[in-house]
Amino acid sequence: MIETQNINFYYGDFQALKNISMKMDANTVTAFIGPSGCGKSTFLRLFNRMNDLIENTRLTGTCLLNKENIYHKSIQVDELRKKVGMVFQKPNPFPKSVFENVAYGLRVNNMGNKSYIAQRVEESLKAAALWDEVKDKLKKSAFELSGGQQQRLCIARALAVSPSVLLMDEPASALDPISTSKIEELIHLLKQKYTIVIVTHNMQQAARVSDKTGFFMLGELIEFNDTKKIFLNPEKEQTQNYITGRFG
Amino acid sequence: MRTKKSIFFKIITERIPEFLLGISGSLTSLIILLIIVFLFREGFGLFSNPSVEKGYVLCVHASNPVEKLNPDQIKQLFDSEITDWKTVDGDDLPVMLFRFDEIFSLYSDEELGENYSLLPQKLGEVIAENPNIIAFLPEQYVPRTAEWVKILPSEQIRVADFFTGKDWLPTATPSSLYGVLPLIAGTLLVSIFAILIALPLGLGAAVYLSELANERTRKILKPMTELLAGIPSVVYGFFGLAVLAPLIQKTLNLPTGETAFTGSVILAVMALPTIITIAEDAMRNTPRAMREASLALGGTQWQTIYKVVIPYASSGITAAAVLGTGRAIGETMAVLMVTGNAAVIPHSLFEPVRTIPAAIAAELGEAPAGGAHYQSLFLLGCILFVITMLVSVSAEIISKQKYKEAV
Ligand SMILES: Nc1ncnc2c1ncn2[C@@H]1O[C@H](COP(=O)(O)OP(=O)(O)OP(=O)(O)O)[C@@H](O)[C@H]1O
Ligand SMILES: [Mg+2]
Repeated sequence: MIETQNINFYYGDFQALKNISMKMDANTVTAFIGPSGCGKSTFLRLFNRMNDLIENTRLTGTCLLNKENIYHKSIQVDELRKKVGMVFQKPNPFPKSVFENVAYGLRVNNMGNKSYIAQRVEESLKAAALWDEVKDKLKKSAFELSGGQQQRLCIARALAVSPSVLLMDEPASALDPISTSKIEELIHLLKQKYTIVIVTHNMQQAARVSDKTGFFMLGELIEFNDTKKIFLNPEKEQTQNYITGRFG
Repeated sequence: MRTKKSIFFKIITERIPEFLLGISGSLTSLIILLIIVFLFREGFGLFSNPSVEKGYVLCVHASNPVEKLNPDQIKQLFDSEITDWKTVDGDDLPVMLFRFDEIFSLYSDEELGENYSLLPQKLGEVIAENPNIIAFLPEQYVPRTAEWVKILPSEQIRVADFFTGKDWLPTATPSSLYGVLPLIAGTLLVSIFAILIALPLGLGAAVYLSELANERTRKILKPMTELLAGIPSVVYGFFGLAVLAPLIQKTLNLPTGETAFTGSVILAVMALPTIITIAEDAMRNTPRAMREASLALGGTQWQTIYKVVIPYASSGITAAAVLGTGRAIGETMAVLMVTGNAAVIPHSLFEPVRTIPAAIAAELGEAPAGGAHYQSLFLLGCILFVITMLVSVSAEIISKQKYKEAV
């Protein structure tokens, strides 16, 4: 479960997030929608402290994961990132074999011996609905897979270290419709075990996969509610305009 | 009209540049090929030279059983290192050296006749009188008809002597020694040690600049390293001579500070900017997505550096190493100035050495064009070429294997 309280985030002088408080429950899919540049990615990247890598940024407010402040001094960032997996917009496998890609997180975290790693790789590839397609190509370079397969490989890679949260930043925007629907099915399956937060520009996708939806604009959280409510009967006019503009 | 114009336009913008690029490409290849052919042809011309200085011959008394002398024996005879004919399978007689000039102290100009016409005859007499003599004479004055004179046959310089010889004495008379081993040893010693210093330092600095330094530090340090690359090598050499050599001499208590080690240190400093700049560029070119993927999986910064960034940048890092090594092996001026320039096989790092490029630079001026010495320097150039080629080929192979392992 993720909870934020009065989050403000600045890139230098520019305020990218304004006073955002929201709660994302376990075993639900939360979608972030909103126009480009409104701060969805910035907000998402707070949860695994990916924004720490960017120089000259500033954060105020609290961000809790299972009631624990993830920006507290005592938190080890690499331990946190093990618990909070991330899938990026463009598939970004390492220039290594399929097997080594999935094993990477296990290796850097010293999780288990050879046979455990092999078992975990298989489990993760199965969980990402990729096993049948790559079980004969484990030693081949990940670059030989199709874009959609690469993205599912990245999901498998994230699942291998057994996170509890999965952050996905437009995971299907670079994919064809069939690969996209495979990813969406996968999200449905994964929901049972993980807390999922997904950023998407695709309204239908948000409507299909998510339980709750947050609508962002210019760094503010305009409306946050059940997905059904947001799409059928939004409270704010801006939400209405954005959704209908997109649907129409 | 319109299509005509567009075809014309296409010719201007596409065909002509294509043609020009093709020409410049093949021209460059051709020039490189010609240089290599020229280099090797000149170089291998060395082996058609006689081992005794051109225009001169060696004569002994006809009773002397010695039929043949190799360049090394000739050198030792004339350096008085061999003083008895027995050593070279002759009779048990002390060697008597006779250089052509000595004839003028034995006979006056009048006795030698007009235009020295009697000179060969007198030389013949001198040889006839001394059964233990060895005379080094110009071809034109050799007493060919004299009874007691035996002209030693002149051998050609041998390939094996060149590559296995331990003495580089190209200006020695009567017989020059072209043994390339001391130069190869000097070159390898200085360059290998330079690379051993420069590579870890350079890669460390590259990792620091690309991964660890903040933007401000980087903005100061990067241009500074690049500036370092622009300093002419004489300046480095001068610095080495004036500062480093005395320092090394004092701290290590050596007879001279101009040693292979001094050369290695200077070369390492000179190769550093190349290595740092290229390796740093390669590492920074690692896509941000790769780093983020690694970090997002719980990898630490160091794990990300050596498991993702360095493998990803491996071909650039190899290029950095090769270019750095190339600079170290080929560098002339600075090394010439600080290594003491002694063409002897070094037994330790702290002895003077002479490297191949330094030998070429230092000796080309005094070697008459087209002569054996001159050609030997070209052959040194060929050796340098082969060494550099081996370095880049093996680096290529190593990096390919590394990459395969990483996959
Ligand atoms: N590294 C950065 N440095 C400075 N400003 C940034 C940086 N990253 C993002 N921003 C700014 O912060 C704002 C929010 O960016 P963010 O990437 O979070 O938007 P987004 O909602 O994900 O947009 P998109 O839908 O196009 O991905 C934008 O105005 C952007 O210009
Ligand atoms: Mg975004």
